[in-house]
Amino acid sequence: MTDTVPSVLDERFRAAAAAEGLLDVAYDVLADTPIGALLVGVTDHGVCRISFDPDPDGELETLARLHGSRVLRSSAPVERVRRELDEYFEGRRRRFEVEPDIRALPAYNQRILVELARVRYGSTTTYGTLAARSGNPRAARAVGTVMNRNPIPIVLPCHRVVGSTGKLTGYAGGLDRKERLLRLEGAIL
Amino acid sequence: MSMAAAIPPFETFYEEHRIEVLRFLGRRLGRNRAEDAFQDTFLRALRAYPRLEHGDHLRAWVLTIASRIVLDESRKRKPAGELPEVATEESWHPAFEELAPLTEGLPPKERAAVVLRYGYDLGYDEIGVALGSTEAAARQAASAGVRRLRKETT
Repeated sequence: MTDTVPSVLDERFRAAAAAEGLLDVAYDVLADTPIGALLVGVTDHGVCRISFDPDPDGELETLARLHGSRVLRSSAPVERVRRELDEYFEGRRRRFEVEPDIRALPAYNQRILVELARVRYGSTTTYGTLAARSGNPRAARAVGTVMNRNPIPIVLPCHRVVGSTGKLTGYAGGLDRKERLLRLEGAIL
Repeated sequence: MSMAAAIPPFETFYEEHRIEVLRFLGRRLGRNRAEDAFQDTFLRALRAYPRLEHGDHLRAWVLTIASRIVLDESRKRKPAGELPEVATEESWHPAFEELAPLTEGLPPKERAAVVLRYGYDLGYDEIGVALGSTEAAARQAASAGVRRLRKETT
């Protein structure tokens, strides 16, 4: 009697599914990064999700709703993001080459996230500045909401956005992580 | 009125049914051939997944795909000239394509039972598993379906 699917068989199917281009989202959990486990999702258009909460259940539902129901764990398509993140955490990478896939987001969020992507490694900006650059200087609060809902933290560097007094204020992944990332980049001591 | 179940992310569907599919294929094909058939079954399910309209009876659905793969496998394996056992079965039982339109008007459970029994020659024990009920309930659903079809066609 078969109690489990042999892992060779399981992994072979997952690899074949990706190789045949049948997935809307391939994801994998990077179990031990310096800021804890991360769930990473990719589409044909790039990385669509980095989550600090690697418990996939609710996460998979959201990915399916946004990108299509064919969501499957498969490590090969995630490999490139994994490598770039490793390099980033080791301090050997200052910008990501993998494209962020933000097509599923509202146009307003997309516009702000495109501005966010221009904030350089090792620097910080404020919610107000980012609002001004996106065309509405009074929308600092709205920018804060978009940062809070950023589906691809780290690659889209919402950790580099701080309050007008320089206070770190909030981070969806927790202030500890925000501080850790800014320290890694040398933006704070 | 009951709501149709939502279509789960493929990962959830796959995790839920993979052991059962592998067991089913193992019984029908033996362990070695079951491994290739396993991958074919879920790749085929993945191709068809975006066309699903609801998440009801996904077990029956994936076992139906697995049965189809078993039939294809058996056809490939039989040398020409030899009378294949499965083909004989098929000449007795209409294929899914013929049964599908014929059974359209049946309640979902009866329809699944009829198609799995007469289209794919599954045993009532397997159909019971596929429908998430018992062997007896599967037998009853299939015969209720057949009775209903007789009434409709006469």
